[in-house]
Amino acid sequence: MMLIVRRAGTAAVLLWLVITLTFVLIRLAPGDPAAFLVAPSASAADAARVRSELGLDRSIPIQYARWLGATLRGDLGLSFTTGTPVTRVLREAAPISVGLGALSLTLTFLIGVPIGMLQAARRGRATDRMLTVLSTAVYAAPSFWLALALVAVFTYGAATLGFPASLRLPAFGLRTPGVTLHGWHAAVDLARHAVLPVVILTAVGAAGIARYARTSVAEVLGLDFVRTARAKGVRSRAVYGRHVLANVLPALVVLFALSLPGVLAGSIFVESVFAWPGLGRATLNGILARDYPVVMGATVLYAAAVIVANLAAELSLPLLDPRREHA
Amino acid sequence: MMTRRDESRDPVLIGAGALLVALAAASILVPVFSTSEPLAIGDVISLRLLPPLTRGTDGHFHLLGTDRFGRDLFTRMMLAGRISLAVGIVGSLLAAAVGTGIGAVAAWRRGWLDRALMGIADALLSIPRLVLLLVCAALWQPGLTTVVVVLIATGWMGVARMIRAEVLGVAVQPYVQAAGALGASGSRVLLRHVLPNALAPAIVATTLGVGNAILLESGLSFLGLGIQPPRPSWGNMIAGGRDLIVTAPWVAIAPGVALIATVLAATLIGDALRDRLAGERAFRRDIADRV
Repeated sequence: MMLIVRRAGTAAVLLWLVITLTFVLIRLAPGDPAAFLVAPSASAADAARVRSELGLDRSIPIQYARWLGATLRGDLGLSFTTGTPVTRVLREAAPISVGLGALSLTLTFLIGVPIGMLQAARRGRATDRMLTVLSTAVYAAPSFWLALALVAVFTYGAATLGFPASLRLPAFGLRTPGVTLHGWHAAVDLARHAVLPVVILTAVGAAGIARYARTSVAEVLGLDFVRTARAKGVRSRAVYGRHVLANVLPALVVLFALSLPGVLAGSIFVESVFAWPGLGRATLNGILARDYPVVMGATVLYAAAVIVANLAAELSLPLLDPRREHA
Repeated sequence: MMTRRDESRDPVLIGAGALLVALAAASILVPVFSTSEPLAIGDVISLRLLPPLTRGTDGHFHLLGTDRFGRDLFTRMMLAGRISLAVGIVGSLLAAAVGTGIGAVAAWRRGWLDRALMGIADALLSIPRLVLLLVCAALWQPGLTTVVVVLIATGWMGVARMIRAEVLGVAVQPYVQAAGALGASGSRVLLRHVLPNALAPAIVATTLGVGNAILLESGLSFLGLGIQPPRPSWGNMIAGGRDLIVTAPWVAIAPGVALIATVLAATLIGDALRDRLAGERAFRRDIADRV
C-alpha cells in the first residue's frame, strides 16, 4: 500500500515536471504566435490586441501559473487556429489513435513474442540468423517509407497487377468518401481502411519486440532451472510454456509500457501518410501551425499516458513475479 | 555459449560491417566522381522522372533514374548518405557525451543536483522522443544545426541514467576508495578511475543510437522539419517522391532502401557489441525511439 502511494506520488511529480518543461520549452522558442494569427497586413495594434486576448502580454510567471492551474483543472485552453477547446480537439482525435494503437500493440505482442522465442530456441542457427536480419530490417525501416511502399503495392500496384478486388486496399482516410454505409458494411469498410496502418504499426512493433524477446528468452534458457526441468524429462513445449514464459513475463510487461511511446509516436507518421484524423495528426498540424495550446495539450497527454503505463507496469510486477515483493 | 572466435566470424556481423563500409565509401566517393550535378536543375522537361537504368538525352547513364527535376537519383542518394550518416553519428555521439557528463556529475555529487538532473531526465523520457523532437524542431528554424542540437537535447537522458547507475556501482569499489585514500582529487578519481569502468553500456547505447538518430533525422526531414531541400537527405527525398508513388515509385523507394540498409547495418553492429560488452540494460530505451 505504501508502495502504491509512493509510486503514485513520484508519477504526479513527474507529470508536474513535464507540464513545466513543456511550458518552458515553448516559451523559449523564438517567434511570436500572434504573428501567425493576424494577417500580414495587420497593424501593430491588431497584433497587440490578439496578444492580449491570448494572455501573451502577461509576464511569464503569471502565464505559467495560469496555465498550470488551468491544466490541473483539465482546461487546456483554446486552439489558436480554430478557437475550439483543446480538450475537445484531443477528445475527438483520441479514440482513433487509441483504437489503432491498442490493436497494433496487441498484435505486436502476439506476433513478436513467439518469433523471439523461436529465435532464442534456435539461437546461432540459420533460422535465428535469418529472422534476426529480417526483424532488424523491418525495425530499421521508417514507418512512413513502409506506408508508401505498401500503398504502392496494394492500391495502384494491385490494380495494375490484377489482384482480386478484395486485395485492393484503400490507402487514405477512415471510410470511403461519398457513400453512406450502415451496420456490417460500414464495419467492413472501416476494417479495409485499417488494414495497411495496422499492418505497418504491427510489423515495426513486432520486429522490436522480437529483438527484445530473443535476448530475454535466451537469458532464461541458460538458467539452471531450465536445465533441471529438461533433465527430469519435462517436454519441450512445457518448458517454454511454463518455465520460460513465466520468467520472461515481467520483462515483457515492462516492455509493454516502454513500447507505448513508440506506438503513439509511430502513429504520427502513419496517421500523416494515411490521412487519419487521430492524435498524431492533430499534434503534427498543431506543431506546423505553431498552435501552442494544442501542442502543449497533446504533449501533456502523451506524457501522461506514458507515466501511467510505467506506473501500472511497475505496480503489476510484484503480482507477476512474487520474488520482487521483498525487493 | 559461442566462443569469442566464433563470434568474430559471425557472417551477419561481417555482412553488416561490409555493408556499412560500402555505404560510407559510396557516400563519400560517388558525389565526387559523378558526372551528374546533384543539386542544380538542368533540362527538366527531357530529363525528369527517367526510370532506373536509362541513359538521358544529355548522355548520362542514370543507374536509379532521375527525380522530378531531372537530377540523378543515385548521386543525390549518396550525397544524402553523407548528411544522414554524419547527422546520425555526430548526433548520437554528442548526445552520449552530454549524457555521460550529466550522469557522472549527478552520481558523483549526489544530493539536490542529482535529484534535479534525474527529475528533468525522467520528465523528458516520459514524453515520446519523437514528439519532443518534433516540438523542438518546429519551434526553431529547421536545418542541419537544429537537427543535431535537437537530437542531442532529446537523446542524452538514457545515457545519463545508465552512466549514473554505473558510476554509483563503481564508486563503492575498493580501488576507487583506495585512489581517494591515496590523495587523488575528486575529479581525478572520477575521470581516471570511475568513468572508464562505467562506460561500457554507454558505448553500446551510442552505437545503437546511431541507427536511431538516422531514423529520427529522416522522420523530421520527411515532415519538412529537418534537412531542407535542395540539400538532400534520405527523409526529404522520400517526401519528394511521396506524391509520385504511383507514377515514379523509384523516387521514394530508392532512398528508403539506402536508409534501411544503413540503419540495419548499424543496428546489427550495435547488437553484436551489446552481446559482448553489456547486458540488456543498454537495450531497453531504444525500443521507444522508433520512427
